[in-house]
Amino acid sequence: MKKRLIFAGVGGQGVLTEANILAKAFLMNDVKAITSEIHGMAQRGGSVVCTVCAGNVYSPLIADGGADVIVSMEPLEAIRHIEKLNGDGTIITDINPVIPPNVSLGQSEYPDLVVVFNELSSRGKLVKIDALDIAKKAGNAITKNIVMLGALAGMELLSIGKENILQAVKDNVPEKYIAMNERAFNMGYEAVKVL
Amino acid sequence: MDVLSTQNKALLLGNEAIVRGAIEAGIDIATTYPGTPSSEIADTFSKIARYYKGKGQEPGFYFQYSTNEKVALEFAAAAAVSGLRALTCMKHVGLNVASDAFMTYMYVGCKGGHVIVTADDPSCHSSQNEQDNRYYAKFGNAPMLEPSDPQEAKDMVMNAFRISEELSLPVLFRMTTRTSHIRGPVSLGNINLKKKKGKFEKNPLMVTVPEIARKLHPVLLEKMKKAEEISEKSRFNQIEDFGGTDGIVSSGAPYKYAREVMDELGLKCKILKLGMTNPVPGKMCMDFMKSCNRVLILEELEPFLEEYLKAIAHEEGINVEIYGKGYGGLSRIYEYDMDVTETAIRKFFGLSEKKAVKSANTPIPPRPPVMCPGCPHRATYYALKQVAPEGTIYPTDIGCYTLGKAPPLEMADFLLCMGSNVGTACGFAYATDQKVVSFMGDSTFFHSGLPGIVNAVHHNHDCVITVLDNRTTAMTGHQPHPGTQYDGMGNEAIMLKVEDVVKGLGVKHVEVVNPNNLKKTKEAFQRALEYKGTSVVVSKAPCALILPKSMREGSFEVDQDKCTKCGVCIEKFGCPAFYYDGDKIKIDETLCNACGVCTQVCESHAIRRKK
Repeated sequence: MKKRLIFAGVGGQGVLTEANILAKAFLMNDVKAITSEIHGMAQRGGSVVCTVCAGNVYSPLIADGGADVIVSMEPLEAIRHIEKLNGDGTIITDINPVIPPNVSLGQSEYPDLVVVFNELSSRGKLVKIDALDIAKKAGNAITKNIVMLGALAGMELLSIGKENILQAVKDNVPEKYIAMNERAFNMGYEAVKVL
Repeated sequence: MDVLSTQNKALLLGNEAIVRGAIEAGIDIATTYPGTPSSEIADTFSKIARYYKGKGQEPGFYFQYSTNEKVALEFAAAAAVSGLRALTCMKHVGLNVASDAFMTYMYVGCKGGHVIVTADDPSCHSSQNEQDNRYYAKFGNAPMLEPSDPQEAKDMVMNAFRISEELSLPVLFRMTTRTSHIRGPVSLGNINLKKKKGKFEKNPLMVTVPEIARKLHPVLLEKMKKAEEISEKSRFNQIEDFGGTDGIVSSGAPYKYAREVMDELGLKCKILKLGMTNPVPGKMCMDFMKSCNRVLILEELEPFLEEYLKAIAHEEGINVEIYGKGYGGLSRIYEYDMDVTETAIRKFFGLSEKKAVKSANTPIPPRPPVMCPGCPHRATYYALKQVAPEGTIYPTDIGCYTLGKAPPLEMADFLLCMGSNVGTACGFAYATDQKVVSFMGDSTFFHSGLPGIVNAVHHNHDCVITVLDNRTTAMTGHQPHPGTQYDGMGNEAIMLKVEDVVKGLGVKHVEVVNPNNLKKTKEAFQRALEYKGTSVVVSKAPCALILPKSMREGSFEVDQDKCTKCGVCIEKFGCPAFYYDGDKIKIDETLCNACGVCTQVCESHAIRRKK
């Protein structure tokens, strides 16, 4: 069994944390997991992508057409890596755009979200949630990455279940924020169940 | 902290696994100058030291963020010749800085094991070049180890200390961005930290005057002969025989890609996996090539292994076809990935080409790195741009401020390496009639800015040198430096002020400004530009990301009734928290760090703190 996931987003959104928590959840359940992270020069604002490969895998990197799931915290970042997705892959994305500065400067254009979502749907099973709104309701916009993990758990695509991932979340956030993150996780989980 | 886990297994970053190996091996001294992709190695040592201190315990090792890589290596070398175990880590170009010490250190050798970690950056993810530091091992005659995953990183570091002590020779430990930033399961042993003192025993052979150096060079070559014997027997050099008469030779991350591709395609062949790559195990390589009809070499960047294998195959008259750089898309540039590896392997085994997967049809705007919202550098650049004459040359340096290259500021014109801003500023000032204003950060100032300033003062070059003093080493992850109050152990340290240092160096015109006050900053630059000779402007305000949360809480907003849509906030100032929503200008409150500098930029006073 091999499972390969891509976590994408914008620097500062917590992409690496999200991927590491999932990898730890696999490991806690005796499934080998490796991750690889790309973070460019900036502390904030650039594209960030992280892979999680689980099972009897060797490579931390994913070939084109090799990913089972893309989890993205931003629509543009979901489609940026679309060639990585396999034929029957799933894309879980937040719907709130973060406008790149070069778009504000008029040097490029942020594509129409309808166009983005249409193309994503044509490439795999598309699951859209308003993770930002859910995170705010859970207590803080910063928990958006945990909402996305909850949504991933809700899709039941992995060999480990909701409780396994939630446990890893609890083990890896500061103690005083456990309750808020648990709320965020559960709300993300529920959000995809009602779709 | 995962790296201190008492479980038998933990998920560790390659860089953390190096530290775990070092603390299991009983490290005494660790030194660095931080640089991506090596930074987490040093940061983990620092975290561990502060963690133990926080619990009132003696950490059992000493860790230092040194002024630069050369100082870091020299400091640790003294500890290692005194019998302590030492580790020095840096990014690949850091070894250029340390190379003067490195080359002769190999002649002198060490007593306690010394591991020198170089983290190369194929594809230049966060570097100014993608030099292949394996050649430093050859150049300096250093034994070299190269892990392919975190488990190996830990095991090899422990082994590297033993090799170093057996040969009395420092060992080069080569990471790449990928091996540094892979996270994977690592089996853990016992942590073995205990504070020790070394003893320096005097020996005239450690004073490298010419007559001694001439004696030491042949000794070094003898040590490398022994190192080759170690390499032949090393458990990190292995032939994996899955059958067939074709072979793959690989090391580092590409070995993992090769295994995955072979597994996915159901192919079988022999694999020579090299973990100790200097000296290469000559006999093992010959045996391997004799057992193969054809060999494919998968190595990133330069044909380091390929040239060696081709040379011995030729010398020994081994009848084998060797394929490497230039074959099946294998290139000397950029890092390899699964697709590069699969393309080459498919060709090597005569399979059809992989069906290409289409990238998105939707045009996707790039999202390059930018200066953060609230970054004081943006304020400095903006203020200066108001007063600098057309055609001003802006030599820059290594740090967040290189991001000033991006529109709309576009204030970075020339960059070579750490510290190059000053030397080149003086050169431009002499060679042209243009005004010159250079930039460097506070950490860079201490790292390698000083000699350039001395040169500028001595020759009275007419340029403005800006030190962007944001009170930290920001881009690599907020490490302390000689201008900060604490050191890497979390101990209070003597804080050097940039302005005091430059005055001490003889700069006559020195101004300190807070860039978040645009008016005063403009005036300071105006005076510096008018001054004939070398002037320094210290633009001092903390990095937005090290400010306490309370100081960057909340956000600003645009009063749509007052906004004239002149666009200065976006098109001139360029804070990434601003965006157009239709024809309205808005501030993304999740991005805004509440610095408020935009209120000084907006002439119609349309920006206010959000209630």
